[in-house]
Amino acid sequence: MASTEADYLHIVTADNISAARIRFGKTIIWASAALLCVVGLVQYLDTQGVVSLGFETWRPTLYAFLIWASCLCWGQVLLYGERGKRSLFVLPAALFVVAMVVFPLIFALGIAFSNWNLSSPTGRQFNGLDNVRQMWADPFYWNALKNMVWYTLAIVVEYAIAFGLALALNAQIRARKFFRVAFLLPLMLSPVAVSWMIGKSMLEIRFGPVAHLVRELGFDQISFFGSPEMARFMIMAMDAWTFIPFMMIMILAGLQAIPKELHEAAEVDGASGWRRFWEITFPLMLPVSITAILIRIIFKLKLADIIINITAGGPGGATDSVTSFIFREYRDRSNVGYGTLLAIVYLVLIVIAMTILMKLADRWMRPRY
Amino acid sequence: MTQQIFRDSDADRAFRPSWFLGRAAIYAVLLVWAFICLFPIYWTLTTSFKAAPDVMQGNLVPWVDFEPKMLGLRSLGLSPETIFAESTVRAEFLKRFWNSVIVALCSSALALVLGSMAAYGLSRFNYRFSFMKNADISFFFLSQLILPPVVLALPFLVLYKELALLDTRIGLILLYTLTVMPIVIWIMRDQFSSIPTELEEAALVDGLSIWGAFVTIILPIALPGMVAAFILSLVLTWNEYFFAALLTSTNANTLPVMVASQTGSQGISWWSMAALSSAAILPLILVAILLEKYIIKGMAAGAVK
Repeated sequence: MASTEADYLHIVTADNISAARIRFGKTIIWASAALLCVVGLVQYLDTQGVVSLGFETWRPTLYAFLIWASCLCWGQVLLYGERGKRSLFVLPAALFVVAMVVFPLIFALGIAFSNWNLSSPTGRQFNGLDNVRQMWADPFYWNALKNMVWYTLAIVVEYAIAFGLALALNAQIRARKFFRVAFLLPLMLSPVAVSWMIGKSMLEIRFGPVAHLVRELGFDQISFFGSPEMARFMIMAMDAWTFIPFMMIMILAGLQAIPKELHEAAEVDGASGWRRFWEITFPLMLPVSITAILIRIIFKLKLADIIINITAGGPGGATDSVTSFIFREYRDRSNVGYGTLLAIVYLVLIVIAMTILMKLADRWMRPRY
Repeated sequence: MTQQIFRDSDADRAFRPSWFLGRAAIYAVLLVWAFICLFPIYWTLTTSFKAAPDVMQGNLVPWVDFEPKMLGLRSLGLSPETIFAESTVRAEFLKRFWNSVIVALCSSALALVLGSMAAYGLSRFNYRFSFMKNADISFFFLSQLILPPVVLALPFLVLYKELALLDTRIGLILLYTLTVMPIVIWIMRDQFSSIPTELEEAALVDGLSIWGAFVTIILPIALPGMVAAFILSLVLTWNEYFFAALLTSTNANTLPVMVASQTGSQGISWWSMAALSSAAILPLILVAILLEKYIIKGMAAGAVK
């Protein structure tokens, strides 16, 4: 984003790489790759019962992978000299991510089309599209997806509150540091602790302070997690409580980057505060706002901890997010295959939705200037 | 010539009620929200010193409404009377706490090392891994943010079982590193691209290698950004619950899992829950108060261009 072509370092170095060094580099890369293949193959045969060498775990393959990864990095330097040293910056991170994401994802695709109960002795059974059919007929999964839409829509309200708070913090006030720290604190707290602190104790119907307050205000016999709408709202509110600081800080940073002259010029021209906000602040804040909202959506789609700990999806699945639903699906039936399929469908939906959103955001941001 | 030439006009010097009203409104908003933010924390901290009747009556202010008692700390074996005695609860608690500390620190450090290197490389050199150029590689790293943890959770459960990494700290550390690395890369790439390349050019002319220049010259300059990235990672990994709940059972449990496992039981002892929650939130509250500047800097990194 920030770095343009002109920012790159251009280094020309004369590397004298001998033929022997190149040969050695190639040898260690290919030898370690061969080692990895052989170990993997032997282990696979061992699990299939073709040979029996008594491996208890797949650790040897993991170690072979680590050896191959280090040899690949070292080999880059041997083969390409200075250029290899440069690729050494990115290579470890790339190998790590590939090993931790791409490989498990491929593995997940395999699991997703099988019936695999981890506690049953039969092990994994390929069952084709059965999981898909089961998902299609599973009202709770669709309900969880629908809930996610509601939870995501709540971001609009969070954004409005965060913007208001950022404006207030950006005004000429005293004790700004105190307010900033106080506002930041909810973000630092563990969602599990929050769900106990607020969800289980402050909203406790008999003696929780919030229940007291609500009763003082004249509502009686309310239950915070009784009706589906109320429960969903409480979850939204708690999640908002933890994440509003995040949006607020991003917006505040944006506000502080707006040059003062613009406001002064508008004031001289006689614009009222209201018009100054809509004609200057808001349009200028649009890129920051969109970034903040997009990141917030990404975090919102992972929402689970609070739901798992407070309502466990209840009443009747009204508060389930996809993540908490799959979590319970696994906890209750320990069916890895079905849960994985649901997760992968979710991932596909997210990727599609985020791509559309980012394209739209791009279009919205452009013509303003 | 005693008359002042430049002075405020009468309109400016007059009492302006609307201005004061605006001030008052701003402070009111700020105070209300500060109260909303702080009250749950206050409630948790005080509840750990309340006996059952005090909880039931909803007493709020210590020494005025109720007499603080060391119940919460005693339930963790940390009160003055029990601190020198043997205590299985305390051993259990300290083990979980220590797990959390190790996992959070190690994974943040690992993510910081791998992430900074990648971010530096991407901000300085032109790469080409087959069809992928710099922008594609950056996108590849950052797109990991979108990946919801639930997609990886079950495959990892199976893989870790095969690798005997289930219920180990190393398994958690690796997974947490993965989840925070995109954030580190995002913050650090921003940080590095704001440092002029002339610095390295000078260093290279003086005979340093590129890695020498990176370690001795660039990293010290980028230190504030690194602190910011480290703290943000620390916050996320310390609070992580989902993976920890799935992948650990007895040995490598972290503090959030311990807190969550207590909530289900019917007769909740409020003071011990409150003490546990306090232990889970206090370290980060301290971090927030002491290093607030860096956290804000880190989060603002992506916002302003």
